Amino acid sequence: MRIPGSMLFSSRYRLLQKRLHPITKEWGLTFYVLRHSTLAVVGGLIALAFIFIALFGAMLAPYNPISANIQDRFQPPSASHPLGTDTMGRDVMSRMLAGAQHSIKAGLIVLAIAVPLGVLLGGIAGLFGGWIDEVIMRVTDMFLAFPSLVLAMAFSAALGPSLFNAMIALSIVWWPMYARLVRGQALAVRETSYVEAARSRGASNWHIMFKHILPNCLSPILVTLTLDMGWVITAAASLSFLGFGAQPPIPEWGRMVSDGRIYMLRAWWMSVFPGLGIVLVVLGFNLLGDGIRDSLDPKLRRLTEVTWKPEKTSSSSTD
Amino acid sequence: MRLSTYILRRVAMLIPVLLGVLVIIFVIAYVIPADPARAWAGPRARAEQVQVLEERYHLNDPIYTQIWIYLKNVVLHFDLGVSPTTGRPVRDDLKAFFPATFELAMCAFFLAIALGIPLGVVSALRRNRPTDHFSRVIALTGVSTPLFWSALLLQFLFYYKLGWLPAMGRSTIDITRYTGFVLIDSVLNWNWTAFGDAAIHMILPAATLAFYSMGYLVRITRGSMLEVLEAEYVITAKAKGLPRKIVIYRHALKNAIIPPLTVLGVEFGWLLGGTVLLETIFAWPGMGRYAAGSIVMVDLPAVVGYTLVVAMIMLLSNLVVDILYSVIDPRIRVGGKRR
Repeated sequence: MRIPGSMLFSSRYRLLQKRLHPITKEWGLTFYVLRHSTLAVVGGLIALAFIFIALFGAMLAPYNPISANIQDRFQPPSASHPLGTDTMGRDVMSRMLAGAQHSIKAGLIVLAIAVPLGVLLGGIAGLFGGWIDEVIMRVTDMFLAFPSLVLAMAFSAALGPSLFNAMIALSIVWWPMYARLVRGQALAVRETSYVEAARSRGASNWHIMFKHILPNCLSPILVTLTLDMGWVITAAASLSFLGFGAQPPIPEWGRMVSDGRIYMLRAWWMSVFPGLGIVLVVLGFNLLGDGIRDSLDPKLRRLTEVTWKPEKTSSSSTD
Repeated sequence: MRLSTYILRRVAMLIPVLLGVLVIIFVIAYVIPADPARAWAGPRARAEQVQVLEERYHLNDPIYTQIWIYLKNVVLHFDLGVSPTTGRPVRDDLKAFFPATFELAMCAFFLAIALGIPLGVVSALRRNRPTDHFSRVIALTGVSTPLFWSALLLQFLFYYKLGWLPAMGRSTIDITRYTGFVLIDSVLNWNWTAFGDAAIHMILPAATLAFYSMGYLVRITRGSMLEVLEAEYVITAKAKGLPRKIVIYRHALKNAIIPPLTVLGVEFGWLLGGTVLLETIFAWPGMGRYAAGSIVMVDLPAVVGYTLVVAMIMLLSNLVVDILYSVIDPRIRVGGKRR
């Protein structure tokens, strides 16, 4: 195929030219498409900002997020308190800055437990098939049939309500989706000729799992992971809202919404801003996840290529 | 495979799954808490009272005996045990609270379908135009907004600020109850004020729930519609000069509707799960609020009963969707061994 002259200096072409490992090249192309989607970039920026706040928010907070300051209670948003103050005179913005870490911790810990568990079980089910598959998938069905929030609540109540127990509870209800996803991929990959070739060479099941099945699952897992980050944050906030997660005075955002609930008429900012924070963060992860999904989809990739051409020809006409 | 065989096989497969659900919830509910009997009896109970409760609920027996006794009662007498906090049979409690939850979930479900599917279709037809962007933003915001926060905000806006809609509870008008579903009962009573009142109470919770669960439906519908619009038979239909309306409704929509249909079961499950949060906020007298209250009180029979009922509904709704799906697309039934 002849490559138009205008393409020669584009980063995409340079990427295609380089002698990289096919997987590296694939991810490079994905990132290229991702970078050209405005919404995905916005989502990525929101997610990055959130991670930054989670890491350094406690240091950035202008006021102490925990200690009470009674004479300043119920201050509406103003220059000194941009998001107002709560029942104990604590600055809502400082609390939100300091509380971001709890949400991201919840997301990371839940996914760090649930994803490997689900991937392992799904991989085993898909690879071995037969009765092992049947048993694992029926157990997955059981967990999927549960009202997950209620299961998490029951678990959290049984262990004693705390943010950590809420995370354990959420991990227990979160893995089945990954098991299903990986099993589906494993079933598809198992039948491919390169797996057959590997088998004929005497490759072990573990080799096939780690060298062939898992790399093939990477992109769907990445998409689900990004979208799930938002879901886990919402779920953890919901548990905290109901009183089964973070306990006062921890400034977890869901807990802050619930604390402000009875003062809605007097001080709407107490509930509205932490909730808005959750919406923004979850939206960011959703946009990013959607963007990654789109950039991995070959059909949509072709579309970006098509829309990208006329823009380049116009630049070449000025040459 | 014939349809009836398929249905029978699927129903038979429900039994082990339900059994597993029971075992899991039992392990979580009965093994982990330190001392449920003490929690039920209250902090000032004497040791004998605690002992009586332990005897009555077989708490000192090993877990498999407990599960066996529970199972025997459920299967033989349809008995879910007695709630130690309300003092009534869990079955009666759930029966009393079920209609409210089901009514709410159904209203939200149909609202989500009625809004989500058309929005997805329009979005696909007007791809990358303002309408498309608008509906995608709506869908994404709905998915991203935590249920408890949107509920709170809508309550604040429509009750406290505008005063248009009631913030809490179900209907306040007394009517003869036939089914427990207020909307249906008020029609059966031919009492239109009661119907209006029930409907007005329904708006906020149902809208919140629908807004939340609609996003997924919009996304799936849009994606599947886009795919179908590019299919060869649609292009052929267009090429032979059929009117756009006929192409869209008769060729495209009919095939595009299958993927959204398959997620409806999952969707309904989400709605039921969401009712726990929503009922707490809107003081809706349903199963979700009952379950949340029971968990706080360590009311284990109630929690186990609720979980079983909800798991059953979820499994059944998935089953109904699968059957519906295989009626529409017979390839599913045949292709049991599809890889």
